[in-house]
Amino acid sequence: MRVFVESVGLLGPGLSGWSASRAVLLGAAPYAPAEVLLSAPETLPAAERRRTGLPVRLALNVGLDALTHSTRRDEALASVFTSSGGDGQVLHELCEALASAERQVSPTRFHNSVHNAPAGYWSIALRSHAPSTSLCCYDWSFAAGLLEAGAQCVTEGVPVLLVSYELPYPEPLHAARPVLGTLGAALLLAPEPSTQAFARIDLRIEAGATPPSHMQNHGLEALRAGNPTGRALPLLHALARPAAATIILEYASGNTLAVEVEPR
Amino acid sequence: MLRWLPFVPVIIAARRPTVRKETMNPLSMSSFTLTTSLGTGLRAHVEALLARRSGLAPCTFESAQLDTWVGQVPDERLAPLPPELAAYDCRNHRLVLLALAQDGFEDAVARARSRYGPGRIGVFLGTSTSGMLQTEIAYRRRDARTGALPEDFNYAGTHNNFSLGRFVQAHLGLAGPAVVISTACSSSAKVFASAARMIAAGVCDAAVVGGGDSLCLTTLYGFSSLELLSRAPCRPFDAERSGISIGEGAGFALLERAPAAEAPGTIRLLGIGESSDAHHMSTPHPTGLGARTAMQRALSSAGLAPGDIDYINLHGTATRTNDASEDLAVFDVFGANTPCSSTKGATGHLLGAAGITEALICAIAMREKFLPGSPNTQQPDPTLHVRYLLDNADEAPERAMSNSFGFGGSNCSLVLGRAH
Repeated sequence: MRVFVESVGLLGPGLSGWSASRAVLLGAAPYAPAEVLLSAPETLPAAERRRTGLPVRLALNVGLDALTHSTRRDEALASVFTSSGGDGQVLHELCEALASAERQVSPTRFHNSVHNAPAGYWSIALRSHAPSTSLCCYDWSFAAGLLEAGAQCVTEGVPVLLVSYELPYPEPLHAARPVLGTLGAALLLAPEPSTQAFARIDLRIEAGATPPSHMQNHGLEALRAGNPTGRALPLLHALARPAAATIILEYASGNTLAVEVEPR
Repeated sequence: MLRWLPFVPVIIAARRPTVRKETMNPLSMSSFTLTTSLGTGLRAHVEALLARRSGLAPCTFESAQLDTWVGQVPDERLAPLPPELAAYDCRNHRLVLLALAQDGFEDAVARARSRYGPGRIGVFLGTSTSGMLQTEIAYRRRDARTGALPEDFNYAGTHNNFSLGRFVQAHLGLAGPAVVISTACSSSAKVFASAARMIAAGVCDAAVVGGGDSLCLTTLYGFSSLELLSRAPCRPFDAERSGISIGEGAGFALLERAPAAEAPGTIRLLGIGESSDAHHMSTPHPTGLGARTAMQRALSSAGLAPGDIDYINLHGTATRTNDASEDLAVFDVFGANTPCSSTKGATGHLLGAAGITEALICAIAMREKFLPGSPNTQQPDPTLHVRYLLDNADEAPERAMSNSFGFGGSNCSLVLGRAH
């Protein structure tokens, strides 16, 4: 399956947008992790802005980062949102409320608990009626999202925005499912080698567990291994130059997803 | 759009791995199965639908204290998982295992596995809450001193949405692409779209699609907080409708590329339409804009006109706003002649499992040659416009549409048909 990368978004500790992060990924600038500050995008109506939690803000901001350098900021752009855990804070608050005698559940918290909350806010922010899918594939959510977006791109002949995001759960869920750092990554994929496309990628599922690609930098490698969206970092590293590379991503049921990157 | 360009060099066409078509290639649903409060397996559903029976009963689920009705699968039918799958043990997976064991579905998957190989069969499943009940119970058993969850809480096996995908892959011995779609109440309709794209892109040759959603306190108390739970059995499209009844269930279908010469009567997936409302997180677009777009896209993907559809299984949740906006959208696309009904008065609203359930009710209607009416609806709302069926109709639908619309404005319409 062959698609073309038109732009990239990246937000995480010490990774403040794709433009600023390229040098960090390539080792030309030091990696200095810092807290990720997330505000609700101005494009959302005030009522919706107030209701957004951190996962929605992360997903929307990293998606918008990818669109910063693209002319495709239009309402017809299809999207795929992928995350292993969704909104852990909302989940925790719902479970605490349900474990209490009163069982008072907040309606806003409940509707924000759906896994497709970021997709819903995204469509409102962009006034987009385009198709949007929200999925989960545990630690392999980025690879699954890339396959999903790639398949949509090639079979429907439309550009697709992939948004991958993951935040740590609060305790006590964190102990059961530790996630490192707040990280979002986005790729704008096109079915054809448009003028904006700067790299070609070929996706191929391979049977058997080949060791996945790693990051050289220890801090970035910890983020790769500790956050399901971090699995995207070796691919983003190849796209930062861009350089020809074959990136191996772990995928479900012991398979791998091989991603061949070819600069254009 | 595929355009005719007479002088395009051949090499450009050859560089494109897949050529996009306006209409999708039909897929055969070579085996399917359904378990809900109406019963276990397809036969029970045929009988219940023909008898206009409802599976709804006053809510006595777990520790819930809510004045509402639910479509519950009896607890005693939900056996603990076998030891080799114990890591996945929760209500949702017990329900899924019960459903998979009916109608020869596991045998059909086994035959497909030997035909295509386990790595060439994808698993695309939908759920909204996965094993949430397990986490809710774990929160009641936290360590009083440290607040820690109990040792036996298995996040990856029961809570994570993908636990459903892993569980079904492990149980059916499949090793192809796998994903869980979670887009609230359209989840297990949108899995058909993912599977169709993956098959069209050559990533797999066949797919297990469907999903499961089981009762939990989050959805019961959550919909209660939104004041969307009916105190009586839900009455879709009724003048006196007052909200939803939540149900539970699981359903699955095996999708394969349709052969040129298909056995007559085989149910096929003909078209899919997806859209976003871009309006509000929990209220549908007032004039049904997103719903209309999804239905029009589904028709165009099937290469059909509105008049080709013989029956529409509506999303029809029985909330004031859903039914009013869906009515406007359906009337706008189809007018007032196409028979339609919501079967949620029979099953309740299965949330993440609603899409597969209602797609399979369409398949049952086509196979058994009748149009299902709407149990519990008494007086159709005179302000609504569509041709709403209260009673079953003795007509044999050839093509049917199923609508699924979710929170976040996530819409999906499917078109199914009988092969000739």
